[in-house]
Amino acid sequence: MAELWTGYAWPTIIIVLQIVAIIVPLMVGIAYLTYAERKVLAAMQLRQGPNIVGPFGLLQPMADGLKLLGKETVIPAGANRMVFVFAPMLTFLLALIAWAVIPFDDGMVLADINVGVLYLFAISSLGVYGIIMAGWASNSKYAFLGGLRSAAQMVSYEVSIGFVIITVLLCVGSLNLSDVVNAQRTVWFAIPLLPMFVVFFISALAETNRAPFDLPEGESELVGGYNVEYSAMTFALFFLGEYANMILMSAMTSILFLGGWLPPFDIAPFNWIPGPIWFALKIAFVLFVFLWVRATVPRYRYDQLMRLGWKIFLPFSLFWVVLTAGVLVTFGWLPS
Amino acid sequence: MALLDRTARGFFLTELLSGLGLTFSYMFRPRVTLNYPFEKGPISPRFRGEHALRRYPNGEERCIACKLCEAVCPALAITIEAEPRDDGSRRTTRYDIDMTKCIYCGLCQEACPVDAIVEGPNFEFATETREELFYNKEKLLANGDRWEAQLASNVATDAPYR
Repeated sequence: MAELWTGYAWPTIIIVLQIVAIIVPLMVGIAYLTYAERKVLAAMQLRQGPNIVGPFGLLQPMADGLKLLGKETVIPAGANRMVFVFAPMLTFLLALIAWAVIPFDDGMVLADINVGVLYLFAISSLGVYGIIMAGWASNSKYAFLGGLRSAAQMVSYEVSIGFVIITVLLCVGSLNLSDVVNAQRTVWFAIPLLPMFVVFFISALAETNRAPFDLPEGESELVGGYNVEYSAMTFALFFLGEYANMILMSAMTSILFLGGWLPPFDIAPFNWIPGPIWFALKIAFVLFVFLWVRATVPRYRYDQLMRLGWKIFLPFSLFWVVLTAGVLVTFGWLPS
Repeated sequence: MALLDRTARGFFLTELLSGLGLTFSYMFRPRVTLNYPFEKGPISPRFRGEHALRRYPNGEERCIACKLCEAVCPALAITIEAEPRDDGSRRTTRYDIDMTKCIYCGLCQEACPVDAIVEGPNFEFATETREELFYNKEKLLANGDRWEAQLASNVATDAPYR
């Protein structure tokens, strides 16, 4: 009995508590990301944004969530019910499980696995299934087109994201995310690998279906894309999944290029602030740039999107992989 | 050379960055929108809002049932019935405006010889049922009493241009 307790029950409780400690701030983050998006867009368009519910409209996300909870889930008659309901759950689930390997501080990580980068890459690639399933199961033209676009787009940009990650890994010599961050103690990779940082960020925009690459949603041409038939909680799950993916991509950006939990300078006032706070600040900054880009750039045409992905980013990132490898070998800087 | 120039501009994202700079500077400009239910914009004295039937200062209703407004109304929103009152003066017994038909053209107030029917400054009279928008004489007179100060000043301001 005692062995059962110490061997199984207690570790399980610990893990569940750790998961809760990750998920709860993440959900609050998602809620306030929607609020921040509306406020930032409003400010850049000289509007006010939500300001009625609570002080400065701070309770608006709660009101939106309650509203979505109270709505009726409509399942279209022609839809494949099982897949239709499963798709948003899959999207949301995949957006959450990726957080298992994200390090918040030195050793502060749920699963410190040695293939962390590969795991993240695999999970974010699986994300396309939720969307394509939704597009197919809705049995609607708009949703189907949205799903197809999303699949093509995510596959195209994953290629260049892969090469960008390879350049970073060449400089680190490990697939462990904590090692990736620790390798940036002298200088953040955003500085020596600046072009790759930009390519990664733009690909992240495409990967999370954000403006200017929000063709899968494309309100003005596809009505709402893959989520056009969804309502109430099924819609909310898509929405949460999309925003969780945004936060995840920002976390990946800050881990790979902006030094994760490390302070910008390892001197007095900066290293007093604990690592997780630096990490959160960096995520918040990258998220702000996500919103900023949305307020600035109009949507790409589909052929422009494909041209950018295959004819510019792919050769450009491949060139940088070769260049980085060459420089590392020539100067003997290869990590042991 | 032009190709090189264009390629360089493309790769260094100069146009994107200047666009981002512009939106960022907009973030700190003052808002141009009004916080509507709490702040309201200025309204012209000629604003054509909700209708009202006015009274003379002694409380006598102005309308003499000439039916010019009924005749001029392009939407046929006004219905008037009239008969002589006990004291022999001609007054309406029924003065209805169907606000769902009204197009707020203001011809009724221009047609009125005694400034009785006017369109006031009020534009917030949305209702929950359609029936509430079928205004009768009582409702119009009540509107007149409620907005009289503003209506009188509007008529006075506009008088030199009539």
